[in-house]
Amino acid sequence: MSVEKVIDRKIGKVIKSIGELEDVREDIRKRKKAVGKVIRVCIGTGCAAKGSRKLYELFSKAAQKSGADVKVEAKCVGCHGFCERGPIVVIDPGNIFYQGVEEPDVGEIFRESVMGDRVVERLLYEDTESGKKAMTEEEIPFYRVQKRLVLAGNGLIDPTDIEDYISVGGYSALAKVLTDMTPDQVIDEVEKSGLRGRGGGGFLTGRKWRSCREAEGEMKYVICNGDEGDPGAFMDRSIMEGNPHAVIEGMIIGAYAIGSRQGYIYVRNEYPLAVKHLKQAIEQAREIGFLGEDILGSGSSFDIRINRGGGAFVCGESTALMASLEGRAGEPRAKYVHTVEHGLHDMPTNLNNVETWANVPTIINQGAQWFSSIGTEGSKGTKVFSLVGKVTNTGLVEVPMGMTLRKIVEEIGGGVKGGKAFKAVQTGGPSGGCIPAEYLDAPVDFDELTKLGSMMGSGGMIVMDEDTCMVNVAKYFLGFLRDESCGKCTPCREGIPQMLYILNRITKGEGEEGDIEKLEVLADLLADTALCALGKTAANPVLSTVKYFRKEYEEHILEKRCHAKECRGLFLYVINEEICTGCGICKKNCPVEAISGERRSPHKIDQELCTKCGTCIEKCPFTAIEKV
Amino acid sequence: MGKELIKEIVNRYENDSGMLIPMMQDLQTEYGYLPAEQLRVLSKTLIVPLSRIYQVATFYASFRLAPKGQHEVTLCMGTVCYLKGANRISETICKEYGIEPGGTTADRLFTLQAVNCVGACALAPVMIVDGKYYDGMSPVSALKILSELRLKDEEGKTEGGE
Repeated sequence: MSVEKVIDRKIGKVIKSIGELEDVREDIRKRKKAVGKVIRVCIGTGCAAKGSRKLYELFSKAAQKSGADVKVEAKCVGCHGFCERGPIVVIDPGNIFYQGVEEPDVGEIFRESVMGDRVVERLLYEDTESGKKAMTEEEIPFYRVQKRLVLAGNGLIDPTDIEDYISVGGYSALAKVLTDMTPDQVIDEVEKSGLRGRGGGGFLTGRKWRSCREAEGEMKYVICNGDEGDPGAFMDRSIMEGNPHAVIEGMIIGAYAIGSRQGYIYVRNEYPLAVKHLKQAIEQAREIGFLGEDILGSGSSFDIRINRGGGAFVCGESTALMASLEGRAGEPRAKYVHTVEHGLHDMPTNLNNVETWANVPTIINQGAQWFSSIGTEGSKGTKVFSLVGKVTNTGLVEVPMGMTLRKIVEEIGGGVKGGKAFKAVQTGGPSGGCIPAEYLDAPVDFDELTKLGSMMGSGGMIVMDEDTCMVNVAKYFLGFLRDESCGKCTPCREGIPQMLYILNRITKGEGEEGDIEKLEVLADLLADTALCALGKTAANPVLSTVKYFRKEYEEHILEKRCHAKECRGLFLYVINEEICTGCGICKKNCPVEAISGERRSPHKIDQELCTKCGTCIEKCPFTAIEKV
Repeated sequence: MGKELIKEIVNRYENDSGMLIPMMQDLQTEYGYLPAEQLRVLSKTLIVPLSRIYQVATFYASFRLAPKGQHEVTLCMGTVCYLKGANRISETICKEYGIEPGGTTADRLFTLQAVNCVGACALAPVMIVDGKYYDGMSPVSALKILSELRLKDEEGKTEGGE
């Protein structure tokens, strides 16, 4: 089903007034009611990687061929969040939630649940503890304590079809704003809601809008920051892929409030599907008249352009992003000149993150008071997190601010994978920090996480188990930041490699007494002198791991031992003679010929020759090789 | 052909030098990399110094100044993939084929890109070969996929020859 067709066949006109919009909505809803069964196939990146596109094609074919009395519609929907169990297929009515669906299952699902009203038991989610099958999303513990506002449309609507968004009440917030509210009232409402920027900074959105509105400039710009660079974070990607119109609607409302005619969405280059869906969504919104001149007959005009990032992490920083939009290398500048006054092309510019924009329609629709009733004193509403790492249920979760880390990790995430012990959770991406088990009961909001030496960041939440070496984690993030530092300011360009040099020594067993102190001095220096947030916060992963896992650093430095057995050089590979059958596979595969032994008798590793490459442990069919 | 193409790309963005990055992205889509000659044409057409074009081309990781290999191999180096051993996969591939991340094998079989995070953390460690996602990779399984790549190409060639 191509975009053009949808519009030709159905709406096919520019909507010129609020009344017309409501008529169109009624009409779409009537048409939707005529559909008896809906098959919703998740095509988010996680499910698509496991082959859900093919499933969609098969279901579509089956729907076309069915010839049944009931009208069947197969549609692609955005990420459901439960990526661990993908591909996910939901059948409506009944909201039957099928997980781990594969191509051979399509026929059975179609026959039983689409043509008939039966359930294919084996494809339902089974509770790991009670063994009980769950029919719908609500019955699955992963979803039970979540509160989905931003992700409400994900998994429900077809992101490539504006009609689907309109049918669930889409663009009604825009209509409300254009008819009943002045720009100041819109800003008041957003300010009263207490919405804070979801990109990491946590600045009050309403206040930012007001500053931009009040700033002087012949042009004003609004920007959506979709350059989600934090590794292990995919919240914004899922929103852009799964519900692009929510972002666009939020931006149009923001532009009206601020007085902007031109907007930009800056999307990360690694997110081709998000770019595609946003492009389609913008085209559709333009054709219907939500973008362009005289929106809904209100006299206001606004349009949006999409720019793809070039693969530079630093472009997530607002001034670097603006430099990139001007066609330059993405180097940040000092922030004492505010971008709300002098931003893109030196004009007042308001930049918000994807999730922030996607919250706006809900706030307008439900009211500031309702929104601010959710969350904590200083952090209102919900937050989307990508819960990943060594956790049982990897996926995307949305919870009210203030929920404890424990509830998120244990109840939603199902605890640590494989029965291992929990060690830490890393939040806030490379600028954030690691929070140990003793603070699992801390509520998650902007201020609490900062107090713990980490930060909210954009919402990555990476669970680490006992097999994770915290020194190695700190080394990973610093390595990442060294590669991504733009090189403009000396503290960041030179400071990060120095810290990394020390960490490299420590993980190789060449650490010296005083190294931790040196790291701390460098960290302070970075925080005080770096130009942008990337450099200022670069030391956070080191500082937080030193704070909570100092013992681990000391073990590496003084005892030359890596407890988690991750740091090459600080542990040995040995062959357990009782298990070894002498099959010779390890010997054959060892790249440095460090393994010796006769066939059918236990082999031995020569520790002098061994480079700790780990090939033997991976190749051994009897798990006879151990790390000590 | 080159000049026409550049003209068309520049027109696509209304001659706006602020859209330099999208223009270069379009150019790269056409050629698979940024040919030096075309960059010179772009510089003249857009009246932007060549030095600035090269600054942009070398600043952003997604721009390539050399042709890529026949296949595109992307290895995710995000936090989760790293925790689950992506660096060992990268090391193994680099050692086996004598390349660095970002490099292309001598026989142009594939270009290896190590990217920060593809956001498919449920599949970690992830490797993407020509758009196809492979989940739960290990050094051994990654090498196997790559060696199959070569085999498939050779089969394709002999079939084509017959």
